Amino acid sequence: MSANDFNSTPITPELVKEHGLNEEEYKLVLEIMGREPNINELGIFSVMWSEHCSYKSSKKWLKTLPTKADWVIQGPGENAGVIDIGDGLAAVFKMESHNHPSFIEPYQGAATGVGGIMRDVFTMGARPVANLNALRFGEPDHPKTRHLLSGVVEGIGGYGNCMGVPTIGGETDFHASYNGNILVNAMTVGLANADNIFYSAAAGIGNPVVYVGSKTGRDGIHGATMASAEFDDDSDEKRPTVQVGDPFTEKLLLEACLELMATDMIVAIQDMGAAGLTSSSFEMASKGGVGVELWLDKVPMREEGMTPYELMLSESQERMLMVLKPGCEDAAKAIFDKWELDFAVIGTLTDTKRMVLKWHGETAGDLPIDPLAEASPEYDRPWEPTPKQDRIDPASLSGKASHIDALKTLIASPDLASRRWIWEQYDHLVMGNTIVRPGGDAGVVRVEGTNKGLAATADCTPRYVMADPVEGGKQAVAEAYRNLVATGAKPLAITDNMNFGNPERPRIMGQFVGACQGIGEACIALEFPVVSGNVSLYNETNGVGIMPTPAIGGVGLISDLSHHATIGLKRDDSALIMIGAATGELGQSLYLKTLEGREEGAPPPVDLNAEKRAGTLILELIELGLVRTCHDIADGGLLVTVAEMCLAGNIGADVFLPEKGSEIAWLFGEDQGRYVIATRDPDKVLNAASSANVAAVIIGQAGGDALSIDGDAKVTLSELRELSEGWMPSYMAEALQ
Amino acid sequence: MKSAVILFPGINRENDAIAALKQATGTEPTVVWHGETELPKTDIIMVPGGFSYGDYLRCGAMAAKSPIMRAVAERAKAGVTILGVCNGFQILTEAGLLPGALMRNASLKFICKNTHLKIENTDTRFTNQYKAGDVVDYPVAHHDGNYFADSDTLDRLEGEGRVVLRYCDADGTIDPATNLNGSQRNIAGIINEAGNVLGMMPHPENAIDPLHGGTDGRNLFKSLVEAAS
Repeated sequence: MSANDFNSTPITPELVKEHGLNEEEYKLVLEIMGREPNINELGIFSVMWSEHCSYKSSKKWLKTLPTKADWVIQGPGENAGVIDIGDGLAAVFKMESHNHPSFIEPYQGAATGVGGIMRDVFTMGARPVANLNALRFGEPDHPKTRHLLSGVVEGIGGYGNCMGVPTIGGETDFHASYNGNILVNAMTVGLANADNIFYSAAAGIGNPVVYVGSKTGRDGIHGATMASAEFDDDSDEKRPTVQVGDPFTEKLLLEACLELMATDMIVAIQDMGAAGLTSSSFEMASKGGVGVELWLDKVPMREEGMTPYELMLSESQERMLMVLKPGCEDAAKAIFDKWELDFAVIGTLTDTKRMVLKWHGETAGDLPIDPLAEASPEYDRPWEPTPKQDRIDPASLSGKASHIDALKTLIASPDLASRRWIWEQYDHLVMGNTIVRPGGDAGVVRVEGTNKGLAATADCTPRYVMADPVEGGKQAVAEAYRNLVATGAKPLAITDNMNFGNPERPRIMGQFVGACQGIGEACIALEFPVVSGNVSLYNETNGVGIMPTPAIGGVGLISDLSHHATIGLKRDDSALIMIGAATGELGQSLYLKTLEGREEGAPPPVDLNAEKRAGTLILELIELGLVRTCHDIADGGLLVTVAEMCLAGNIGADVFLPEKGSEIAWLFGEDQGRYVIATRDPDKVLNAASSANVAAVIIGQAGGDALSIDGDAKVTLSELRELSEGWMPSYMAEALQ
Repeated sequence: MKSAVILFPGINRENDAIAALKQATGTEPTVVWHGETELPKTDIIMVPGGFSYGDYLRCGAMAAKSPIMRAVAERAKAGVTILGVCNGFQILTEAGLLPGALMRNASLKFICKNTHLKIENTDTRFTNQYKAGDVVDYPVAHHDGNYFADSDTLDRLEGEGRVVLRYCDADGTIDPATNLNGSQRNIAGIINEAGNVLGMMPHPENAIDPLHGGTDGRNLFKSLVEAAS
């Protein structure tokens, strides 16, 4: 298409279909426009109404999530959520998926995912201080897994390391359901002054609309539409829709934006992410209730011969759109000149409530704003609840392996082996504020200039969600809560990244609905609201969907870093105490999967009241200085938890067997709401637990250089370490052979 | 005691450097933008870590041509203490203020972890607070820390006591197994002939607070102050 034939391109049914709009939706387009759209306008409808941008399948259910608390400054709907952390400071955070692009081109897909989420955070006026990620890959034996894992990790590191933001935590899982659809969810936490948060609502008729950052190229056109469709065998052909990242430019953009934000020149600001200039301009105008006239020929371009269509749909990275106060253009431009970034006035706000696109004086598009942005289709898709599964009876286990052999197998399995190979490729120390490094329950960074710490974690157990979306949704939130508590941080709020299959299948939609219900219940019970989030649907290839994966990013606050906890056993620790009750839930456990080859059963239920009581108790024990060592019991159960504490502290332990009941269920059950703490004052801890109405029992003793069970059946820490640390490096080294 | 931190576009450990210098000198360092052509009067110059110009060309190659580097070279000649860490080390080699080059890590991966380092020469203005034979623990965080120089240069560096830090284990053993990134002779840091310019890959500025998990880096900054006062 040449630059000026946008009025002559015929709008055929095929072209409409290629733009991902169904017949109903196109009828609505005609109704809104009152005429046939031209190609530019069709492209705009296409991306604005893509699942990725419009949330048309998920909106109805997302609205049910609790989003309020006294400390919430900004809930969902802006570039990122904002919470008050005291001292005039705010934490700004969000998690976002970059699944489809990362499968097609792992390095750039993951890199630009990290770049995009950081932009979301600094758009709000916050300096990013921590990155996390939640990654899911196919089974280790799948031929693509090594390549994808290696590329994604390098991409995340390549972008985050260059930006100088520490990557302090995350999680990585492997499962066959992700063979054709990996998940790359990136989270950023930033710090801002609570009274200097920037929003996206445009205001002030006649104010200049300003474009800053990188030039616009032809990369990523229709990325949002691609991210709203299933994959098939030809998906590799979609590689040109993946954006290419330039972290150096983003670093300059970050510094330039923060410098500008320290002045009083910005009215509104929005990053150009998915659907680029289209989405950013429509959102700003829609929120502000104004119109916009864009002069597309003024957009800084990377290539010659670009068309209005390409300019509106490009997803070139490292770009921002701003509305400035009138007369500030020169002073603002001086800042961007210093950082050697493009700065162009590309439009003005109008009172028409329409988006008018100009191309060398000619009108290249003219659309109403609200009907596109606000009145996008919303579907109440049919859904089916997931049938409940039975609880696993420990008597049904073969129990062939000894307990210690089972531990060795588990700790060296792809599900539980150390992720050091991954996180040592991420700069987790830059900024000089990292207090708890990756490998623990949550990462912790000091709040610059204070003695406070921000803790952050990313969690989900997809196999639980698959078996029971409601309990699994609760569990994802509860685990994030627990991981924060285990460091001594009061959990404050979450961001949710909902990764599911094709919502047009009632079974998949049922998973989404169930997970929302579970997440909502947990958020209310734990006073842990959702402040931001992202939905990624259509994670399916050739009709096979992923396990439902609502990844939860949690943020909490440690009020005094002199009282925080880590998972490693310490020299003066003696008794090991389990906080929280166990009935021996083996359904969906890693023991059942790894030792018995069974992926089945009801997942462990989550008792949210007990969860809250246990969490409150742990925080109190850490604050009192009674506990400096704490680890939540998660994947693998009690024995794996203690093993991880031993390895992290390089101190051994003896774990006691129960007097009655199944030993396997005791050692390997994945009952929720539990922690192992180590202390030299067991009596004080037990008394505190008893007054808080929380179950607590001594389950072992720290010391020595081996892990044993009831004084017997030892494994030395060096052997255990080799098993835990060995798997991933040797697995990845095989790629070179 | 005055110090200055040079800021190139893409540098990202400047605040870590500022914190360490402030802790050691008691005063806030001056931050000097790369586009400047003159340096303020200062006792210590630090070139911090990061990814100057994205390291899209050879690491440090673009920054070495920045306007401020002429002034830095003059101060180096005049004997001012100059410390380059990580990207700073790369910039100083590219600027010709230190011999050799930093190549991609032997593993081809970015490495962020703590490592042990042997202080090989305590008679420098960067290490006078350490004792002979000291083994310290600093983090590294780099993709290109694999030190290379031809064997004549290496022999000369060794002969003149200019290899200041080497990768080792907790017992001080220096061998291929403790060579974190493939550097020639486990070299982690070297000084120039006059002894006033140190380039090193590890980050002492990230080991200055008990909350960092260790404070072994403090003595390096104390040494600078001691030497300059």
